[in-house]
Amino acid sequence: MAITSIKNLKEFSTNNDRFEGAHTLCPGCAHSMIVRELMNCTDDNLVISSNTGCLEVSTAVYPFTSWDTSWIHIGFENAATAVSGAEAMHKARKRKGTLKDNDAPVKFVAFGGDGSTYDIGFQWLSGAVERGHDFTYICLDNENYANTGGQRSSATPIGATTTTAQAGSHSYGKKEKKKDMVAIMAAHGAPYVAQLAPNKWKSMAKGFQKALETEGPCFINTVSPCCTEWKFDPKDTIGITDLATDSLMFPVYEIIDGHELNILYRPKNIISVEEYMGAQGRYKHLFKPEYRHVIDQVQKDVDAYWDYLQRREEARI
Amino acid sequence: MQDLNLLANDNRGQTDLGNSSSLVGWDEVTQGTILQSFEGDATGIAQKKAEERSYSNFNSYTATVASWRVKKPVFNIDVCIDCQNCWVWCPDSSILSRDKQMLGIDYDHCKGCEVCVEVCPTNPKSLLMFSEYTPLDEALSQWPEKKKKEEK
Repeated sequence: MAITSIKNLKEFSTNNDRFEGAHTLCPGCAHSMIVRELMNCTDDNLVISSNTGCLEVSTAVYPFTSWDTSWIHIGFENAATAVSGAEAMHKARKRKGTLKDNDAPVKFVAFGGDGSTYDIGFQWLSGAVERGHDFTYICLDNENYANTGGQRSSATPIGATTTTAQAGSHSYGKKEKKKDMVAIMAAHGAPYVAQLAPNKWKSMAKGFQKALETEGPCFINTVSPCCTEWKFDPKDTIGITDLATDSLMFPVYEIIDGHELNILYRPKNIISVEEYMGAQGRYKHLFKPEYRHVIDQVQKDVDAYWDYLQRREEARI
Repeated sequence: MQDLNLLANDNRGQTDLGNSSSLVGWDEVTQGTILQSFEGDATGIAQKKAEERSYSNFNSYTATVASWRVKKPVFNIDVCIDCQNCWVWCPDSSILSRDKQMLGIDYDHCKGCEVCVEVCPTNPKSLLMFSEYTPLDEALSQWPEKKKKEEK
């Protein structure tokens, strides 16, 4: 497969964009950073499918399309299903020799937001991974249903205020913890599962290339800060991602074959989750004295999870 | 028994499908919308630079979102070190980079989010935000001097 050089940014920048501008994502949205990076890290033909979500409604506003590759949209939940169907058809036609170019390498990619991955499309994704199609599923995790006005999803972390789990005098926002999607997908036995962040562009590009090269279903969860619903200034998208990875709210790691865990980024100075939360409007209420205990709880959980990841990396289980 | 017969023959609320010839097979259903990104053959498009491609009118490359902007980024080539940070993190594919060099900004697709200014590592920054109506030479003449390190 034709992977492009990601040795340094200068070489990476010689790639030609296949994700065009003038889509209608919010200014400073991390979705398009992630999508651009995926499409720049390979020269192969791509067949992409998107779940309904910010990415789908913004990149295919009739009569325009922002995709320079084959792109398909069907429903809210079935990007994984659509792309596995396309992959099965490609395999069959390749065997019969009815393709226009039988040797051209084709990669299959599905994009979904966290709502359509963690909640609505969960069953479809699980099925596609179980059937073992050769595709890469990328979840753009912005921790809420941003497209419809910021409702809670099962990816929303504890304590964040959303339009359907609002903070107020009787509530500190969402009361349930975030679902551990990466571990769930690793438990499916997928050959490559990772959690990546756009601020670490190199580990992200490497992860994407690894996932595209790997035969079989791969799942990648990417952090995608949402300036509209997390309530921060659009220019701080990368800064917020830095805080997210440095506070270990989003540890960057990969799991190969369901057991071999590698931590891809170890922050030199681990910052407190308080610093990460303080930079965003959705956690503002937690700094009132009556809700302080939520921050302490989150810090404890994050520390315990980091400890767990490190022990798993060492033990190779 | 009579009631059941009545129910079985009750067609209220059902669409009359007419004769069976109007039913179509799975491969004859009207397709959804298909938009072609390029005029003609799109083989090997990943190897072509934007200026070499033949974009169709359906490609959002031919559209513009310049009206979204309140402030615009201005690029100062004298300070730039071609690190390409702005290229990798621009969400709108608006940084024009050719042969490892940063050439400028695509103002048709830039939404003025200021991410490129934030990630610029030079001192002073080689990208700065100015009002949309500031002429380019006026903006460049207002460029700040190199900041000295703060004394501790």
